[in-house]
Amino acid sequence: MKEIRIHARAGQGAITAALLLASAAFLEGKYSLAFPHFGAERTGAPMNAYARLSDAPIRLRTQVRRPDYVLVQDPTLIASQDVAEGLKDGGIIVVNSDHPRHDIRLKGKGQIFHVPAARIAQEELGRADRANAPLLGAFAAATGEVKLESLQKAVRSRFPGPAGEANARAIQRAYEFIKNHALVAEGDTR
Amino acid sequence: MTQRFIQGFRAVAEATALSRPQVLSAYPITPQTGIVEELAQMVADGTLKAEFVNVESEHSAASVVLGASATGVRVYTATTSQGLLLMNEVLYNIAGMRLPVVLTCVNRAVSAPINIWNDQQDSISVRDAGILQLYAENNQEGVDLLIQAYRIAEDHRILLPVMVCMDGYILPHAYEPVDIPSQEAVDSFLPAYDPLYRLDPDNPVSMGALAEPDKYLETRYMIHKAMESALKLIPQVAAQFQATFGRATGGLVESYRMEDAEVALVTMGSLAATLKETADELRAEGRKVGVVRLIAYRPFPAQELRRTLGKARRALVLEKAISLGSEGPLALEVKAAFHGLSPAPAIASCVAGLGGRDIPVETIKRLASQPSLASPEFVDLRADVELEGVER
Repeated sequence: MKEIRIHARAGQGAITAALLLASAAFLEGKYSLAFPHFGAERTGAPMNAYARLSDAPIRLRTQVRRPDYVLVQDPTLIASQDVAEGLKDGGIIVVNSDHPRHDIRLKGKGQIFHVPAARIAQEELGRADRANAPLLGAFAAATGEVKLESLQKAVRSRFPGPAGEANARAIQRAYEFIKNHALVAEGDTR
Repeated sequence: MTQRFIQGFRAVAEATALSRPQVLSAYPITPQTGIVEELAQMVADGTLKAEFVNVESEHSAASVVLGASATGVRVYTATTSQGLLLMNEVLYNIAGMRLPVVLTCVNRAVSAPINIWNDQQDSISVRDAGILQLYAENNQEGVDLLIQAYRIAEDHRILLPVMVCMDGYILPHAYEPVDIPSQEAVDSFLPAYDPLYRLDPDNPVSMGALAEPDKYLETRYMIHKAMESALKLIPQVAAQFQATFGRATGGLVESYRMEDAEVALVTMGSLAATLKETADELRAEGRKVGVVRLIAYRPFPAQELRRTLGKARRALVLEKAISLGSEGPLALEVKAAFHGLSPAPAIASCVAGLGGRDIPVETIKRLASQPSLASPEFVDLRADVELEGVER
């Protein structure tokens, strides 16, 4: 089983990100679960969304404390949260950021990728605060846990029409960004 | 069986629609659930032929389904938290009038302080109303138990309301694979409601009329006997459900790896899934741990519990509710089920997960190996918070 934790703010679509990711895995014949952890229901408040992907039925209903992968949808949270907390050894963090991040401290072996998801969202969707879909494209490229096509299929089915197409393009661009850029940060600071 | 990847709210709404209710009523503002939002959309779109009555409170929502059910039609409502508490008075009336109302309770904590997250204090608080309570472990069960609930409620030996409880946020907000049965299969399992009595101008009857001291006790006794009948009916309905849908869901109690278990983890609802995962991990470490899950809380399956728990040395009852000034209400009842029996497991009351606090696997493992626990044990009580007026 692979466990994913998403760091975002309420209103940025992180639940949709978890849902699309789990949905893509489901389309590939895996078992999956997506669920939110809300703070108080206020737009802009920090929140987490979680996903679990597995080859067997998923029973665990706890919050994800030891993630295999972390997605940081809102990089302004890095200053106030330890986004690497509990990350498994060999884990991967994907950050929505225009530049490499040196402000995330890994406690074990791990990799950090950055992807300009907000910029891609601005260009493809006209909204920089819709970085969720491109972040998933980067996740697919960085981890290989889901196929690019499955994510695009999931987003088209969730948002039929032009919105789905724009998101599918954003996913593709972020996927290619990671495929075409070398690994940005790797650490073993123990 | 074809699974779809959908949200729990949507799954329950579709199961409700497949059950062909004729009247739905709900108070469309917090605290409410996404279930009725989905159903309201289906009615507005014309895909569900039913009347949806928007009301100004949960008291009114329960009253509308009471009245509609009394006229002999199938009804549904859903609520949570304070909303269920506001329904409580009407629930007693629904049970007393022997009306087979079905509702979903999305379990959430009760104020004050304000807390929107999951626990089961709301449904436990309406324990004595004469309403059957079934607890779902996952969204598939939330669907399956709902369809079974109509069969149980409308059986002429029962004629009582049934409430399907689902842990808020953990289940209905989650997206996971769920099999939504076909309309044909549901129709073959669930025939149209055939009321024994109904409000009909051509054949007038009174419902909920005055019962003086010489009759009231007998009305309570009849409800109690109907609850006892439900103990027999619930497993039968589960067996028929399996025959129709090919899926084992429902019944009174689920037993997991209890054959040789020395320690039993007892619970209701979604926590059972995490407990099963924990039991597997503990077994891999050589500990003989099993899980007992109550699906039915009312009627209380005491005999079934004795059968599944009887050989365990220790039972930890992990529950998301507390009877303040006493212990966990489920733990008290499990203890009562073993009263005067020997051998009997040592039963501990563990109050956990109140107000949405996460219950990690590590915590459950610690409890399972801790030799002595407080009574009740407040699980993961924080040591770093000042508790005014409390001596540590």
